[in-house]
Amino acid sequence: MKVKSKAAKFGDWVFVFICVIISLICVVPMINLAAKSLSSTEHLIRHEVFLLPRGLNFDAYTTVLADPKYQRAFLWTAFLTLVCTFLSLFMTALCAYPLIFPALKGRGAINIFITITMFFNAGMIPNYLLMNDLKLLENPLVLIIPSCMSVYNMIIMRSFFYGIPDSLRESAEIDGASFIQVLLKIYIPLSKPVFASLALFYAVGRWNGYGDALMYIKKNKQFFPLQLLLYNILNNINSVEVAAQEGFSMPGLGESLKSAIVMFSTVPILLVYPWLQRYFIAGVTMGAVKE
Amino acid sequence: MAKDTKVKVKGPKQKFNATYLKRYWQLYFLLALPIIYLIIFKYIPMRYIVIAFKDYKLNMPLMKMPWAQVKKDGAMVTDALKYFKDAFSKPDFRRAIFNTLKLNMLDLICGFPAPIIFALILNELCFKRFKKVVQTIAYMPHFLSWVIIATLVIRVFGPTDGMINMVITKFGGETIPFIDDPSHWVGTYVTAGVWQSFGWGSIIYLASIAGINTELYEAASVDGAGRFRKMWHITLPGIRPTIVVLLIMNLGGIMGGGFERPFAMKNNLVMDVAEVISTFVYKVGIQQLKFSFTTAVGLFQSVVGLVFLLTANFISRRLGERGIW
Repeated sequence: MKVKSKAAKFGDWVFVFICVIISLICVVPMINLAAKSLSSTEHLIRHEVFLLPRGLNFDAYTTVLADPKYQRAFLWTAFLTLVCTFLSLFMTALCAYPLIFPALKGRGAINIFITITMFFNAGMIPNYLLMNDLKLLENPLVLIIPSCMSVYNMIIMRSFFYGIPDSLRESAEIDGASFIQVLLKIYIPLSKPVFASLALFYAVGRWNGYGDALMYIKKNKQFFPLQLLLYNILNNINSVEVAAQEGFSMPGLGESLKSAIVMFSTVPILLVYPWLQRYFIAGVTMGAVKE
Repeated sequence: MAKDTKVKVKGPKQKFNATYLKRYWQLYFLLALPIIYLIIFKYIPMRYIVIAFKDYKLNMPLMKMPWAQVKKDGAMVTDALKYFKDAFSKPDFRRAIFNTLKLNMLDLICGFPAPIIFALILNELCFKRFKKVVQTIAYMPHFLSWVIIATLVIRVFGPTDGMINMVITKFGGETIPFIDDPSHWVGTYVTAGVWQSFGWGSIIYLASIAGINTELYEAASVDGAGRFRKMWHITLPGIRPTIVVLLIMNLGGIMGGGFERPFAMKNNLVMDVAEVISTFVYKVGIQQLKFSFTTAVGLFQSVVGLVFLLTANFISRRLGERGIW
């Protein structure tokens, strides 16, 4: 590598500086949130908490942890996310794999049939009426089944499958392996990166989603996913009962409690995604423009 | 956008008969479940679109429902387009269309260049580990739900204890109503969108930049080109196809728009600018149960959105770029 001039070196540091600023813009809101969750009531009421906690205490966290309502919502959402991720990966693989066979008759028609669903959506109300007719309203299955496959993710998986050499498949077929065996023994083991990437996409989608629960579940509050519960708390919906129970009516404590709940619902994802970076970058790139 | 690169080869000529099925039945067996899923949850809802042209009656089969009727000279006359006319005569609906277009346009103007600029900046970093850390941090907002982003927005832009207004008051300035004043709210909404997506959006551009031949940079250095000349004459032209395709596709989605973001970020003081079609349909349809009217509204959005998308795709292909399919 050739020696850089002074000006070029200075330029390097300018870009480093810009990146530090950008990173700060990304994390500062989260730091503020964390600080508020750890601060004491009197400082919060006086709006004194900025980036560091004032009057450090863990009351908000112990309150949230001890509350059966949050425990249940947390476990329920974790369970939901797990089930949805596995079911979605299963469905996605079922759909992607047969479509890579040139010999599959009707493949063109099936592809068109699938693609149409990406372009045209019947809309919110027809979907709602369908759920009504399927007796899925107020039913926890409504959070699992209607979103159990994304065509977009299926296409990502299919492109990955295409990248696996045909010769592997063909030699296995000659050895007498059935198509299902080829899928289980060759394609799935070789596709760990795409499974990791799509698992992350599906899991994040379910963990963060609240629109379907908002529309389809109104009465059965025990099936509210964490984000919907959070939405209701943050927007003070049903605040009379909640506030009376848990001190949300006190502005300061309410603030630290809310911050602590938000931290709880965010941290699981923030702990997972950095380790999957390599995979989701591959997934995004594959779903988009390729050379 | 997503497309398989592999050239599709015609399969060997085989008839669709018992021998074929005996060999290939497993593939159809595997496909059955996904296809049934798509039929039930993507195609059957399309049947319900018909209620946009009918008067919705509870507990009545779709086909038996009467076509929409209007009162005319004291008698009921069938007018299947009643609910569409109804919608367009409502200022609320016209406002929702306007807001949808406005917010999407502003998102595009601010949110589209941001990941490109960020990718160019990242590309200039020569410390590999530092670059990776910055990337990881910049991807973080993408993993937050809109509920959480909406509360972060209040913590940053809030009127009394928002971080920015805290700084302003500390220096003796007037607080800025970032979230309670409609015109400021629009800016806040767009800012939150850029914040959420710029890092994630840069992934594609970084991959595209990585595909540029490094010899070009070396040759340019030999010719004495500086950092910005290389950026302008090599990197940007190198990712031009990516930029064009993504821009066209984003233009195609200008009528669309999700539900969760505007729903989480709106508040009662700014409904004049925050009500978009999806939140409008939710409010009038699912909360007030006006199914025929809102199905008509939703159909309008789907059809216009489809036209935009197909046009965008057509233009993309005409320009010699890749379309969605």
